[in-house]
Amino acid sequence: MLRLHHFVATLFACLLPGLASAQELATVNERVNQLFADYTGWYVGFIFAPLPGTDFSWIALWLVVGAVVFTIYFGAIQFSGFIHSIRLVKGDYSDPNDAGEVSHLQALATALSGTVGLGNIAGVAVAVSIGGAGATFWMIVAGLFGMATKFTECTLGVKYRNEYPDGSVSGGPMYYMVKGFKELGLPLGGAMAVLFSVFTILGALGGGNMFQANQAHAQISNVVGDYPGWITGLVLAVLTFAVIAGGLKSIARVTEKIVPFMGIFYVLVSVVILIMNYDQIIWAFGQIFVGAFTGLGIVGGFTGALIQGFRRAAFSNEAGIGSAAIAHSAVRTKEPVSEGYVALLEPFIDTVVICTMTALVIVISGVLAQDPQTGLYIWNAELGRITTEGDVGGVALTSAAYATAFSWFPVLLMVAVVLFAFSTMISWSYYGLKAWTYLFGEGQTKELIFKFIFCVFIVIGAAASLDPVIDFSDAMLFSMAIVNIIALYFLMPIVKRELHSYRSRLKSGKIVKTADQT
Amino acid sequence: MGQTTFIVGLDGSDAGARALAFAKDRAKAAGDCKIVICYVIEWSPFTFQTAEENAQRHKRRENEIAMAHERVLDPALTSAKAEGFDIEGIVRHGDAADIIDALARERDAKQIMIGRVGTKGLKARIFGGVAGRLATTATVPVTIIP
Repeated sequence: MLRLHHFVATLFACLLPGLASAQELATVNERVNQLFADYTGWYVGFIFAPLPGTDFSWIALWLVVGAVVFTIYFGAIQFSGFIHSIRLVKGDYSDPNDAGEVSHLQALATALSGTVGLGNIAGVAVAVSIGGAGATFWMIVAGLFGMATKFTECTLGVKYRNEYPDGSVSGGPMYYMVKGFKELGLPLGGAMAVLFSVFTILGALGGGNMFQANQAHAQISNVVGDYPGWITGLVLAVLTFAVIAGGLKSIARVTEKIVPFMGIFYVLVSVVILIMNYDQIIWAFGQIFVGAFTGLGIVGGFTGALIQGFRRAAFSNEAGIGSAAIAHSAVRTKEPVSEGYVALLEPFIDTVVICTMTALVIVISGVLAQDPQTGLYIWNAELGRITTEGDVGGVALTSAAYATAFSWFPVLLMVAVVLFAFSTMISWSYYGLKAWTYLFGEGQTKELIFKFIFCVFIVIGAAASLDPVIDFSDAMLFSMAIVNIIALYFLMPIVKRELHSYRSRLKSGKIVKTADQT
Repeated sequence: MGQTTFIVGLDGSDAGARALAFAKDRAKAAGDCKIVICYVIEWSPFTFQTAEENAQRHKRRENEIAMAHERVLDPALTSAKAEGFDIEGIVRHGDAADIIDALARERDAKQIMIGRVGTKGLKARIFGGVAGRLATTATVPVTIIP
């Protein structure tokens, strides 16, 4: 903890006066990078360490194994409960007397706005350009398994949230760690909650903030030309502060309306491109299936495709990280399991639908170079990925793939990336805040301090190219998953009990659709 | 013959007040009559909210209900009761036209009475157009008070 204070103090001392000039900034960047690399490099190395003999990080395996365990333990709830999930979101089981409370759909949309973002656009391009079309298959598989993890964590999030006398709520893994472990007579729940909260705060400042600001700036300067990052940072920081510290609720409302619209529009454009190339869809799925088991010439073959797909899914939908449990705990339902059912749709929408759309368009657009004779991908050993049109990767590859159908798409993608980044930042400011108040207590001043720090980090993230800092915060994000999934393993019997009770009441007719009530 | 029920949509506007005055007039003529005044807080389960707004939602909802009672319903109820009317006040969240029509069916009401123009601004969105929609979709007769 002391070390951490030392970082933060040095970071501020280095950066705030340093924003004055580009030259000073470059020096400051180097100093901060060096500082982080020296202090945290070992931890980042540990979290993203590959399994021996592969380039598959053990943390991705940790998330996937967790997802498989929950899938088996809850009898493939993501398939058996899928229709019920849709009915819950539609409001079929909502009590009309609860009108005005947060609906299931609203909780789902809020949680989704935290996960749908750069991962679905840039991350998929990275996965497909390294793992080939086959990576898509494994991404879908991992996304489907991840649904069970979300079910587990969000059920617990609602069950063990804190409800305050004024009617507001606070929930999330820290609360189920403490209360759930106490209920089971297990030790260390409190310690895990503190650890989880520390990871959440640092993850929120990094992956949920600096990385987003950084990428938003990169995308804008890609389209409009290069300009200093602190300008983007400052604008985003002011807008975010206006939203999260009150006052300009209208910005939040506008974003809330545009973000889902952009998400839907992105999927629609993808569908249109697929329809335009309908004759290639079967071929594309063929590529995905063949590539999944042979790799189609990528380095590592079948395992290469599997690794990329699993990694992308695990990192995109946040199943197991614990963030969704914080977002979903606001729903005022009497049945925690019902919120778990709703939450399991998140990895489906995020990974199985949106990520797959991106992947299909990239495959169909032909931006990945293939040998016309053998059908194998042409590998670019220097860049460590498949040769692409214009030798681009990441978000630029997605942009190029969509531009083959619509030349205006890069501009739209820029707007989408910035908006997704903004909404992800707003969501993560809340997750970070909940962890902050868990550690330091609720209170306006304490909350405002966190919100201010959060916004300062937006400027830092956009202005500086602080790779070691961002690596460290990514490591924090996945550290959340280590603590969270351990807790989920211990607490899953409680979820099973709840699920049995819920299902038996559903069967006996004690829980009925609103329309069927007399 | 049982008690007659009138549903009156109130939104704090003059038109709403005129609708209530009209309902009182009809109630006097009808004899055994109950007036149910309803204030609808515009709300949709399909809007998108931030996580923080979600966490505060229950608190806000309680506040909204308390405000509606304090500012609109309670003054109307007090004066109507003093005049000797059998009157009840209801606050609900949702779509005003849907809620008022649902309430009319629920209470087996004879008629819905509603002001044509609501208050300006946000509230205009609640009742502006509501009268028109009720006129075309309601399952009981609707009287629109200009």
